[in-house]
Amino acid sequence: MNLINIKNLRKEYTTGDVVTPVLNDINFKIDKGEFVAIMGPSGSGKSTLMHILSFLERGTDGIYEFKGQDIKDFNDNYLAELRNKEIGFVFQSFNLLPRTTVLDNVKLPLTYSKLKNHETLAKKSLESVGLSHRLNYYTNQISGGEKQRVAIARALVCDPAVIFADEPTGNLDSKSGNTVMFLLQQLNDQGRTIILVTHETDTANHAKRIIRIKDGNILSDEKVKTRTIAEADKDLIK
Amino acid sequence: MKPLSIIKLVVKNLRARKGRTILTILGITIGVAGVIIIISLGAGAQSLILGQVTKLGSNLIVIQPGKVADSGAPIPGLVITSLVDSDVEAIRDKGRVPNAVAVNAAVSGAAVVTWGNKTVDATFTGTDSEYPKVTNFTMESGQFFTEAESTGGANVIVLGSEIAKQLFVDSGVNPVGQVVKVKSAVQNNAGGVPLRVIGIIAPRGSSFFQNQDALIFMPLVIGQQQILGIHYLSSVYVKFDDAANASSTINAIVSTLKQQHRILDEVNVDFTVRNLADAVDLLSTITDALSLFLVAMAGISLIVGGIGILNIMVATVAERTREIGLRKAVGATKKAIRNQFLLEAVLLTSLGGVIGIIIGVLVSYLISLLMVKLGYDWKFIVSMGSIFLSVGVSVMTGVTFGLFPAIKAAKLDPIDALRYE
Repeated sequence: MNLINIKNLRKEYTTGDVVTPVLNDINFKIDKGEFVAIMGPSGSGKSTLMHILSFLERGTDGIYEFKGQDIKDFNDNYLAELRNKEIGFVFQSFNLLPRTTVLDNVKLPLTYSKLKNHETLAKKSLESVGLSHRLNYYTNQISGGEKQRVAIARALVCDPAVIFADEPTGNLDSKSGNTVMFLLQQLNDQGRTIILVTHETDTANHAKRIIRIKDGNILSDEKVKTRTIAEADKDLIK
Repeated sequence: MKPLSIIKLVVKNLRARKGRTILTILGITIGVAGVIIIISLGAGAQSLILGQVTKLGSNLIVIQPGKVADSGAPIPGLVITSLVDSDVEAIRDKGRVPNAVAVNAAVSGAAVVTWGNKTVDATFTGTDSEYPKVTNFTMESGQFFTEAESTGGANVIVLGSEIAKQLFVDSGVNPVGQVVKVKSAVQNNAGGVPLRVIGIIAPRGSSFFQNQDALIFMPLVIGQQQILGIHYLSSVYVKFDDAANASSTINAIVSTLKQQHRILDEVNVDFTVRNLADAVDLLSTITDALSLFLVAMAGISLIVGGIGILNIMVATVAERTREIGLRKAVGATKKAIRNQFLLEAVLLTSLGGVIGIIIGVLVSYLISLLMVKLGYDWKFIVSMGSIFLSVGVSVMTGVTFGLFPAIKAAKLDPIDALRYE
C-alpha cells in the first residue's frame, strides 16, 4: 500500500466567471520512507499540489488516497485531525508565533492533539534538532537558522507520517540552509517520509526523487542520480 | 483541544499584550463599577429613609401650614401663619379625631445657645410634653418637660447630645441644672432667654437630613413668644393607633381643620396633612426611578465598552491572521479557533467585570464611610444580585461582541492566512 496515491488529480480556481486551471491530470505515488522533491518555477502549481497533499485544500477532480483511503470521504474536522497527526509543516518564512518561547512554539501542535506529556515530547523534539539550550528563548531572540530548526522540531513533535517542507532554505544563508537540509536527510534516514517543495535544483538534489512540474503538468518524475548529501556544520548542531 | 489548554493559551496571549488588554477592558470596568456603585447607593439611600421612619416613629401624621401639591413633599419651615394652637386643641378632641394617640404642636427655627463664654448654633424646637409620645428617643440624663412645665411656659430646656457636649464637655460641669441663654439666630432679642437645662437626649443620629443631636427643645410658649415672637405653629404631629387607620385619621384631621378654618372650597385649603409613611413611599419611588435611570446610563457604558472589545477583537483577528493559518495547518479545527477567540473576548470582559466589581464595591464602601462620617445612619449594602448581574452582563457582552470576530477567524482559509503579510 502506498502512503500517497494521486490519480488524475485536477485543480482549478473559479473567480467569478473566470476559471483558472492550476493542475491538470496529475498522477504519482509516494511510498513510506521516500524523500521526494516537487520542483517547478513559480506559478507551476507546485504549491497548490503541496496544499492538496497536506490536506489544506481539496482537488477539483481526481482521487487522492492517503494510506489507502480516499480523502473525499473525510470531513473538514477529520482533515484537521489528519494534519495534526500525519503531517508536519516546515515553511519558508518559519511561521513561528511571536512573543512566544521556543518551547511553546514546539508545543503548539500538541494543543490540538490527543497526545500526552507535551513538555517531554516538545523537549525531545527540540533536542533532535540540537536546540535544547534555547528552550526558553523568545522567537525574536534566535537566528534565522535556529528559527527553521524550531519549525522542524514543531513539525516532528506529533510524530507525523510525512513532513512537508515548502522552500525551507529560501530565507536562509547557505550555511543555515545546509544544516536544515542535513536535518531533513537525517530524518529521512530514520525512515520519515519527506516531501520538499522548491524551485532550486541545488536544493532538490538533496532528495532521492524529483517530480518536475510546469503549468500544472508533470514534466518528469525520476530518481536523483547524483544526490547531494548535506554535511552539517557541527557547531550549529551543538 | 481541552478547555484548560485554551484558557492557558488565551491567558498567555492576553498577558503578552498587557497594555492593550488593560485599555480594552477599561470600558467594561467603568460600566460594571458604575452599576455596582449606583445599585449600592440606591440601596443605602432607601435603607436610610426607612431607618428614619422608624426613628421618627411609625404611624405618624404631619400637619403643616399652607397647601402643597399632592405629589410634592411637605416643605418644612415655610412661613405661613394658618396653623394655630386652637387647631391642636380641636385635633386633640377624641370626638373629632378618634384614632389620635398623641398630638404634638411645634415651632422651630435657628437659635444661638450660650453658656458662660461658650456659644453654639442649634436648631430649636418649641414643643409640648406630647413630643416624647410621637418620636422615638431616650433620655441620656434628666428628663423631658412635663405637661405642667409645657403649658405653664416654664423656663426649661432639653438639649440634644451634641449641643450638650459642645457647651459643657470642657468644663466637666453636669449640664443638668445649668442655665443657658437662648436667642433666635434671626430675631433680635438682645441677651437671650435664660433657660434651665433639665435633660439631655441620647445620641440618635440624623433623620430626614437633619442632625437630631443638634436639636434643643423648650416649651412651646417659650419658643413662640419669647424666642420667635409669633402666635402660630410650624408643624403638628399626630400619632395614631394603627397603620390601618391612616387614611381615616387623615380624613378626620382634614375635616376638623376645615371646620376650624371655615373652609368650604378645596381651593382654599391652607394646610397639608400627610402620613409620613406615604412620604417615604414617595421618596422610595423617586430613588428607585433615579437608580434605574443611572443603571441604564451605566448600561450604555457597558455597551460602549462591548463595542470597544469588538473593535479590538476584529483588529486582533486581522493582526493574527498568520497565526490562525498556522494553527489550522497544525491541526486546529474551525471550532477550536472560534472558541479560542470567543474565550479571549469573554475572558477580557470578565476580567474587566471583576476589576469593575472590586472598584465598585470599594467606592461604595468609601461612600458609606463618608456618609457615616457626615452623621447619616448609612448602611453599606452591596447585593449579591448586583454582582451576579454585573458578571452576567460582562460575560454576555464578551459573547455578543466576541462572536463576530471569532467566527471571522474560524472561517479564514489556512492557505490565505499563511500567505497573509
